[in-house]
Amino acid sequence: MSNGHDEVFDDTDVAPGDEHVEGGSVGQRVLGYLTGLGLAILLTATSFFVAGTDLVWEPSIPVALVVLAIAQMGVHLVFFLHITTGADNTNNVLALAFGVLIVMLVMGGSLWIMANLNHNMMPMDQLMQMQR
Amino acid sequence: MSTIALTETHLGSAVRDWSGPASKRIVTGYGFWIFILSDMIMFSAFFATYAVLLGQTAGGPSGRELFDLRNVAIETGFLLASSFTCGMASIAADSRSTIWFQCAMAVTCALGLGFLAIEGNEFASLVARGAGPTRSAFLSAFFTLVGCHGLHVSAGILWLLTMMAQVFAKGFRADIQRRILCFALFWHALDIIWIAVFTVVYLIGSAA
Repeated sequence: MSNGHDEVFDDTDVAPGDEHVEGGSVGQRVLGYLTGLGLAILLTATSFFVAGTDLVWEPSIPVALVVLAIAQMGVHLVFFLHITTGADNTNNVLALAFGVLIVMLVMGGSLWIMANLNHNMMPMDQLMQMQR
Repeated sequence: MSTIALTETHLGSAVRDWSGPASKRIVTGYGFWIFILSDMIMFSAFFATYAVLLGQTAGGPSGRELFDLRNVAIETGFLLASSFTCGMASIAADSRSTIWFQCAMAVTCALGLGFLAIEGNEFASLVARGAGPTRSAFLSAFFTLVGCHGLHVSAGILWLLTMMAQVFAKGFRADIQRRILCFALFWHALDIIWIAVFTVVYLIGSAA
């Protein structure tokens, strides 16, 4: 989000949430939010449609929903929180990347371990009989 | 950022000398960004719990019988629209337009309250139908996760009202502008978490 006259300051930092458009008019900024809103509505509508439809192969629906959700989070990050890959955003992106890593470890790790335990555990009625 | 010294060297365009500490706005925003990311990590633990306990209904009702997706769609619309009006409030704050700022914040507040009203209604009807948080592990996880998001929205609305009051009383001072920046980050982050909630809890949860 840089415009013509600020290439000298291109590698200075930008606070998360700030847009790097010192010369950008209000109209341009509103247009940015409107673009984000439009994309978000499109992705949300697709999510709700996919969840209730018979048109797609059923086991693929959860995967499709997760992909749509991640895409919408990306839209929100770019158009509402103004996280970009520009040099002025390095700190913000690195912090975000670390956060995503921890979130993946917590969620993926929990699901993996618990599914594995569930798979290996004796069925509950047999367990009850052994305790007698 | 005005303290940056630039020197032209043989290395090319412009090499930055020691530029001094970053401006207060950048430091504050970055610190708040770290808080938001740690908040998301806390939510990820609740999401993991919900995903693990999704099938543990203890003979009680499952998500398919309980969730009303039409309500969820309306809630999603409210929160998405409030995120947009919150962005409009940030733009108004940057261009120091008090009227536009207060209007955008008031609309954001109304949409947030509408969201909370629908969610409160849903919780009350679940409890009335005997599907409260004590019914099964699935419902405990559901109420913890969605309720925690609802608490965040409530706190956000309180913060929103204090921001309106601060701008009314003190105008767009630099410290008030930093608080507005942090509030906008918080509100947009709530909407991002809601994307995960409606996808994982409601859409995937009512298919399972």
